[in-house]
Amino acid sequence: MRVNLQHLTKKFPNLNKKVGGDVIAVNDFNFEIPDGKLIGLLGPSGCGKSTALNLISGLLEPTEGHIFFGDDEVTHLPPENRGVGLVFQNYALYPHMTVLQNIMFPLQNLKGEAKLPREEIIRRATEAAKLVQIDGLLERKPSEMSGGQQQRVAIARALVKMPSVLLLDEPLSNLDARLRLQTREEIRRIQKETGITTIFVTHDQEEAMSISDLIVVMKDGMIQQIDAPQEVYDDPANLFVAKFLGTPAINVFHGEAKGGELYLAGENTPVLSVPGVADQTLWVGIRPEGLIPDPAGPLCCSLRNVEVMGRDTSVVFDHPAADSENPRAIVASARRPKAGETQVRFSLDREKVHLFQKDTEERIRYGEQRHEE
Amino acid sequence: MKNNKLKGWLYLLPAILFLGFFMVYPLIDVFIYSAEEGYNFVTQTSKGVGLYNFSYVLRDPYFMQAVKNTFIIVIITVPLSTGFALLIALALNSITKLKELFQTIYFLPYVTNTLAVGLVFMILFRKTAYTDGMVNLLIQFFGGEGVDFIDGPYWAKMFVMCFYTIWVVLPFKVLILTSALASVNQDYYNAAKIDGTSKGRIFRRITLPMISPMIFYLVITGFIGAFKAYSDQVALFGTDLNAAGMNTMVGYVYDMLYGNAGGYPSYASAAAVILFAIVLTITCVNLMVSKKNVHY
Repeated sequence: MRVNLQHLTKKFPNLNKKVGGDVIAVNDFNFEIPDGKLIGLLGPSGCGKSTALNLISGLLEPTEGHIFFGDDEVTHLPPENRGVGLVFQNYALYPHMTVLQNIMFPLQNLKGEAKLPREEIIRRATEAAKLVQIDGLLERKPSEMSGGQQQRVAIARALVKMPSVLLLDEPLSNLDARLRLQTREEIRRIQKETGITTIFVTHDQEEAMSISDLIVVMKDGMIQQIDAPQEVYDDPANLFVAKFLGTPAINVFHGEAKGGELYLAGENTPVLSVPGVADQTLWVGIRPEGLIPDPAGPLCCSLRNVEVMGRDTSVVFDHPAADSENPRAIVASARRPKAGETQVRFSLDREKVHLFQKDTEERIRYGEQRHEE
Repeated sequence: MKNNKLKGWLYLLPAILFLGFFMVYPLIDVFIYSAEEGYNFVTQTSKGVGLYNFSYVLRDPYFMQAVKNTFIIVIITVPLSTGFALLIALALNSITKLKELFQTIYFLPYVTNTLAVGLVFMILFRKTAYTDGMVNLLIQFFGGEGVDFIDGPYWAKMFVMCFYTIWVVLPFKVLILTSALASVNQDYYNAAKIDGTSKGRIFRRITLPMISPMIFYLVITGFIGAFKAYSDQVALFGTDLNAAGMNTMVGYVYDMLYGNAGGYPSYASAAAVILFAIVLTITCVNLMVSKKNVHY
């Protein structure tokens, strides 16, 4: 099912009476989610991503704007008439019911025409359990299961009604690291198998990158960028997106463009030629892998620390123009600085260097993309 | 290791002594008294051991009246008060405006003195030479015939009694159930809402099981409390409960010890043992029922 959001806005009255006014949790959302895709709503805590999810689910009513599922407007439909499945962050499994009863629950709610005979309910519930591979645990209570298993039950319960849209609220945040990796692949598999349009909320960029077809990056209730995971990383729309995606984070420097050349603040040697960029001070973002050790490179930094990670080496350095706390470069281990060195020189990979306006932090393009469309 | 064990016992000693003197010893004593026939209060001697005390108590019409009264009070007030409390708690939980004010109002009877409440009930229900009482005036206003609730027919007295008991125990139950309801995670309701669960089903399948431990606690303590009722009866009908026909089992025990016809610790003990047996049985039944229906 295609999901279309138009000018979707949600305001909450400010709880702090002294400040007054409204808190805008979701601000003028406009985007369309193609049918059958897995979408990651990504943003830091408090950016309104859960609110956006609740608006789509129908648990919250939008202040303004419209929501369409396919061609039908569902903005004012109650949640049960929208055909959505929602998996809660804490799973919200009913603790007094067995796994089977939990999964059967949504089907038992059906009334009138849609009412199903008991055998059919059990058959569908078992089928959903099979899909998430918990069909051996149907008689257990949620408290007798691990976090990962509970998560699967929650997904099965959301899927059993065959919803047209599946919503997942921070589905992996309550799991330990290993289980998280496993479960996110599981979610991907289930989504692929069922072909249900799925929207999931996360603050973990790695999670979003690894399984989404499309990432929506949010900040303070506003959409920053909507793109495929690799695009969001390679081609960030602004400084926030550039900083939010990628581990280790992008290195940010104070810089200046002068006569088509890029200088880092306080330096006289140009580090990169940036034809077409007007003279101005700006932010320079350099991905850690964009710094290439080069004895003749234009960028000279004092070496602080070398962290060996096996395949790669992380080089932590200092530079007077750096705005990032711990600027670092990821270099191939063979090219890592030798012991005893105090300085390291880099040349820059222009594809990994992004320029941003000093004030608006919007991207300044200078033809750095190889695959420009 | 051994030293540690000694230390442990030493720490426990004050509690053990206290409980031993004031709880365990008297408890055992009650059982002994109840079996001693012809016990003399002054010489502290008895003629022998047997079941005479029990057969006396069980043949005493006052005792049988007390048992009947107690059972009626228990059977009527425990389910009704728990049910009303649940309704009130649900209502309190669903409003947002003035919630605190209403919570306070519903809790007020709990901190009000039982005897003061009894007095108010007297004013409401009692017929005197000067007035028929508020309730009777109301009944008469609507064309009914007044009845003496305090000194009249049995059913009227029992009605006041149950009404009073429910009213007195309600606030505590409301308090417990409101906090139980508030502690149910909102996500369960949201999940149910997404699935289009009807209100009735949400209540039966989610709310009720979620707060079942608290309801169970209230039913158990409610049963025990109602079986031990005595002061409420005194507050309403005065100290001569046998004459009013409104005595309870605990009242009977008290009368046998200290009342006008008092001075019979053996009969009192026998009655107390019977009461103990009844409460124990009911609590066991409750526990068995709860195994299936209470979800922790």
